[in-house]
Amino acid sequence: MTNNIKDSVRAFIVENFLFGDTSFALEGDASLIENDIIDSTGVLELVAFIEEQFGLTMADADIVPANLDSLDRIAAFVSARVGAEASLSA
Amino acid sequence: MCGFGGYFGSGVAPAEAKPLLERMASTVAHRGPDERGVAVFADAGLCHTRLSIVGLADGQQPMSIGDGRLSIAFNGEIFNYVELREALRSRGRVFHTSSDTEIILHLYDERGPDCLADLNGDFAFAIWDAQHRRMFLARDRMGVRPLFYTTVRNTLFFASEAKALLRVPGVEAEIDPVALDQIFTLWVPIAPRTPFKGIHELEPASMMIVEQGKQTVRPYWSLSFPDHCSRSRYTDENAAAEELRALLADATRLRMRADVPVGSYLSGGLDSSIVSALAAGMTPEVLRTFSVAFDSEEHDESAFQKEMAAALGTMHSSVQCRDDDIAAVFPEVIRFTERPILRTAPAPLFKLSALVREKGLKVVLTGEGADEVFAGYDLFKEARVRRFCARQPGSRIRPHLFRKLYPYLPGLKQQSAEYLAAFFGAGADALDDPLFSHNPRFRATGAAKLFFSADLREALSGYDAAEELASRLPAEFGRWHPLHQAQYLESRFLLPGYILSSQGDRMAMAHGIEGRFPFLDHRLVEFAATLPPEMKLKRLVEKHILREASKNLLPETILRRTKQPYRAPDSQSFRGAGEKDYVREAMSAEKLAAGGLFNPASVSKLFAKSRQQPLTGFRDNAAFVGILSSQLWLETFTGSRFRASEAA
Repeated sequence: MTNNIKDSVRAFIVENFLFGDTSFALEGDASLIENDIIDSTGVLELVAFIEEQFGLTMADADIVPANLDSLDRIAAFVSARVGAEASLSA
Repeated sequence: MCGFGGYFGSGVAPAEAKPLLERMASTVAHRGPDERGVAVFADAGLCHTRLSIVGLADGQQPMSIGDGRLSIAFNGEIFNYVELREALRSRGRVFHTSSDTEIILHLYDERGPDCLADLNGDFAFAIWDAQHRRMFLARDRMGVRPLFYTTVRNTLFFASEAKALLRVPGVEAEIDPVALDQIFTLWVPIAPRTPFKGIHELEPASMMIVEQGKQTVRPYWSLSFPDHCSRSRYTDENAAAEELRALLADATRLRMRADVPVGSYLSGGLDSSIVSALAAGMTPEVLRTFSVAFDSEEHDESAFQKEMAAALGTMHSSVQCRDDDIAAVFPEVIRFTERPILRTAPAPLFKLSALVREKGLKVVLTGEGADEVFAGYDLFKEARVRRFCARQPGSRIRPHLFRKLYPYLPGLKQQSAEYLAAFFGAGADALDDPLFSHNPRFRATGAAKLFFSADLREALSGYDAAEELASRLPAEFGRWHPLHQAQYLESRFLLPGYILSSQGDRMAMAHGIEGRFPFLDHRLVEFAATLPPEMKLKRLVEKHILREASKNLLPETILRRTKQPYRAPDSQSFRGAGEKDYVREAMSAEKLAAGGLFNPASVSKLFAKSRQQPLTGFRDNAAFVGILSSQLWLETFTGSRFRASEAA
């Protein structure tokens, strides 16, 4: 599941923040901020995408670099939240 | 204020000299619509277009003294010409005109290149010294007036605007990819480089001497600050404020000198309000003031402008700027900036100078320069907060201070402390990095280079604009206080390279208007440089000493106002009614591919995104305006594509 999440987020980032430029190798642990991929308004776009794509609602406290500043972190955060919500509804 | 040009060398056939000089003069005719003149010498020539301001009847140029021994073409004003003339007269000099131009010739005659030290003014000029067969070029200390040059067929050609040099046979416009990289990182090319490959700019506070086939460029003044650990001679704030008041009043008084009426720009902010208030108190007539009003609430300051105009009793005029007004004039704006720009802010000033001309004035004072000299920009506060955060890495409290800095950027307010720290690079830069203050700006701007084409990237491979900038800093830079380091970077590079040129001289002179800048009087600049940093940026209050010095001059609402940086709608200007035919054409895959600078597929996605919703991010806006202006630059000046094979 994590790979699917990662692919989906990667496609969103490449399309929306890199404008289709695939020359930048977006490694899983690459910081989106330090690599100048995302800015303050970009974070909010990313949050909107995650909520819509994965059916999550992110609290303000969730919107921190520890959860969102790389593909790996996003995938870990989303899969944990999706897993938690699935077990709650089971 | 005027335009001029000329040459020195054997590369111009005698029969071609006059027609060439006339062509060059006609290209900068907008700078001097009142008169035109040409002078041809042996292997040298000067041309001039005049905006008559001082010595209306007898200030024609090129001007000579000593039976043609010395001749000058001069753009600008020497504000202390009255005092200089008196001193020269007392030494036996005889004057034939009432203009400030003749002063320069006599001073040069007495002291040679050292004469520059006596001049208080905004100037660029060329003196032909027939006796020594020397061409002497010089430019004012802060870079108010422009001077470009190129060398072809062993002949030096120079002019007030680069476009005049394109009239010289053999000079072709071609974009310099390194200059483009510098603009897309630093906002400005690092002088003497310009976007025109092979065309250079004489740096501010520099002179060029050309004689015996050799060109020598050297500075005659430099902006400097005291060592960090040295004790400032200004410890008493009241005494410093008193000295500042006197200096500013004198700088304004000198800049009111003209044989035509002098008006003032009035933005509603602290700086132009101070200048307008001082000017209003010095003129027997009602002062004319001028401002830009925006439809966009986010950018509009007209309430403050009206308040200040009413308080001073000025005759006020303003030009309303709608979003699509910017799009309507943008191609003309680029024709005058002569360089790609990342913001549309010059465009409203282009409209403003048209209004001043329409109202019959030729000269305006402005408050420009105060933010550099007295630390007004948000960037100075940002650097201070970043240092504060770096002292306690990981603090969750300290980054909240970033919210205080950019009240006009709502996106930032919503961010967590962790994100604020990350966005501003808190802890990312070494505290002793000479570019510490500017690194976040350079990184954010440089991100727009993702739209560069593969060819351009290849040509720039390994080049680092910030590294080059760092290599150009003076040896003593590391001994200055961090605020002074940041002030130096702003004053030495962005001020002449963008604020005074693209937003200043070029927009005003497009309509034959001369801007004058009391805050850039070199005596004031030198005084402010020696003030302790805390007198300028007191905690997070900008321009503290200037506010203290202006207490009895301005209404409290203006005096206590937090700085609102002058901005204009950027990519938003080109949406809807602003999406003119030229915008679609310039951003089309065909034109982008033909230009060769940008990746058509990426730009088409950016353009599509801007159509769907206003672009909000700094990078995306800078990229949009930068790409559009680069495309217009290519179209205006070259009509041809970037050639990767000849790059870098």
